[in-house]
Amino acid sequence: MRADLEIIQEWIAPNSKVLDLGCGNGELLAFLQQQKQITGYGVEVDHDNITACLEKGVNVIEKNIDEGLASIDDSSFDTVIMTQALQVMYRPDQIVDEMLRIGKECIVTFPNFGHWRARGYLAFRGKMPVSKFLPYTWYNTPNIHFCTFKDFEQLCVERNIHILDRTVVDNEHKHHWSIRLWPNMLGEIAIYRITR
Amino acid sequence: MPQSFPQDSVGIVTPQIIRFEQPLPLACGRQLDSYELIVETYGTLNADASNAVLVCHALSGNHHLAGFHSEQESKPGWWDSAIGPGKPIDTNTFFVIGLNNLGGCHGSTGPQSINPETGKPFGPDFPIMTVPDWVESQARLADHFGIQQWAAVVGGSLGGMQALQWAIDYPQRLRHCLIIAAAPRLSAQNIAFNEVARQAITRDPDFNNGHFYENGNVPKTGLMLARMLGHITYLSDDGMREKFGRELREGKISYDFNPQFEVESYLRYQGERFSTAFDANTYLLMTKALDYFDPAADYGHNLAEAVRNALCKFMVISFTSDWRFSPERSREIVDALVAAEKKVSYAEVDSDHGHDAFLIPNPRYMDIYSAYMKQVASDIPPTGKENN
Repeated sequence: MRADLEIIQEWIAPNSKVLDLGCGNGELLAFLQQQKQITGYGVEVDHDNITACLEKGVNVIEKNIDEGLASIDDSSFDTVIMTQALQVMYRPDQIVDEMLRIGKECIVTFPNFGHWRARGYLAFRGKMPVSKFLPYTWYNTPNIHFCTFKDFEQLCVERNIHILDRTVVDNEHKHHWSIRLWPNMLGEIAIYRITR
Repeated sequence: MPQSFPQDSVGIVTPQIIRFEQPLPLACGRQLDSYELIVETYGTLNADASNAVLVCHALSGNHHLAGFHSEQESKPGWWDSAIGPGKPIDTNTFFVIGLNNLGGCHGSTGPQSINPETGKPFGPDFPIMTVPDWVESQARLADHFGIQQWAAVVGGSLGGMQALQWAIDYPQRLRHCLIIAAAPRLSAQNIAFNEVARQAITRDPDFNNGHFYENGNVPKTGLMLARMLGHITYLSDDGMREKFGRELREGKISYDFNPQFEVESYLRYQGERFSTAFDANTYLLMTKALDYFDPAADYGHNLAEAVRNALCKFMVISFTSDWRFSPERSREIVDALVAAEKKVSYAEVDSDHGHDAFLIPNPRYMDIYSAYMKQVASDIPPTGKENN
């Protein structure tokens, strides 16, 4: 399983109700169904991913998350997850608000744009960072709203969002003592557990 | 076997007629004392009858889902694209049943059948059928085959409505429910189109208040107009533009009222063909069954409440250019199922074939259909597989 998902699954209670926004090929939900008997749904737009979910027996709903989640009742899920998709949303702040409305807890992961490599790329080359991990150029990237850990935490303060847990990992999704020391510089992926 | 059938065809198939003597009470307050259902089956029912799939038909459909009645038949059954060896509803795995619903005109008891009380065809006196009535008759059909629980109930359009009704009325009797290009109820616009179709039929002088069998005239014109209207609602604007554009049959305008545009002659051809192959009273009945379908009505118009007791898993599929039952209508079903905490998946397939898209194979549609049916297959209890 993708290493960030390995970390997330530990935060999911057995027999709980989970909504995975941008669920990809359904890997996490399939794992949680088998190991923790959770019930829930994935939301996805990619056609191949949707087929992959159906093959795994994962409930998947084709929907563009940017169009909103208004049809879902308040607090109807124990956990709402969004991994590596916040930066492609049209309005990440509104999506986070919606996630907190329908979920008792939310888990959000996103690439940290404050990582030293990104900073160095922009500082020394004077160009938008391109890397193996973020391989797009500025004009074709689906990542339209980058932020750093500091940015996200500022949003949490402004919106009265309570951070329950924060984990920072590098590109290989490994924790390293140095990342804990200086997360905004050395962490590549942020994993937040939040509630309101 | 003749060499002319493709590998993935079920080949030559023969319908059978099953008679039921137990009276069937109907929503309208009347009952059918006895009745017959014409069915076709494909594949083999396993020892514990756990691999059966029921396919429900839409407005003008019937029991002939797949394969050919003879080597001379030019077109296979109406859902041949989805049913056969290696196809989404794989007949190597599943035992598939198609039937003609009560009130139909393809061999099940309907307006053309003889009314035992009068010795004459029922005609307009055939009771109005509803979707729950059909589901009840289909449950008795399941009993006849010894099927306690369907592996899946599948349907498109009005057929999808029957599948949804199954999940509500008999939660224990199906494991999966596939609702394709359907809606939880008709809109005012849908009902309006049906009413124009009915008016076209009933105002045809040959309709004779529905008693047209005796004098040998059929309301051909009315049925043709009804079908032409219906057909427009099955296609999309883009699809019609793509297929016909403004092409002229003779290449030039003739300044008269003969059909000149390709779309005109196409619709006339479709209408003509239908008017000789379908029964006017059945058409009226089917449109009424559509108009009356509203499972939420008994639950305070709350669809989530209506599906609260369902136990099966659901797959809902819609098509982008379908404006008769648009994706929005399918999403209403999905939202209700999510609100009721049911297991449901939903896909919205790109197609410019309008409502007809559910009958037309398209790579993504078939991928989704196959992927889901594999899930259905994997949910067949293991004992069933061993005994297969």
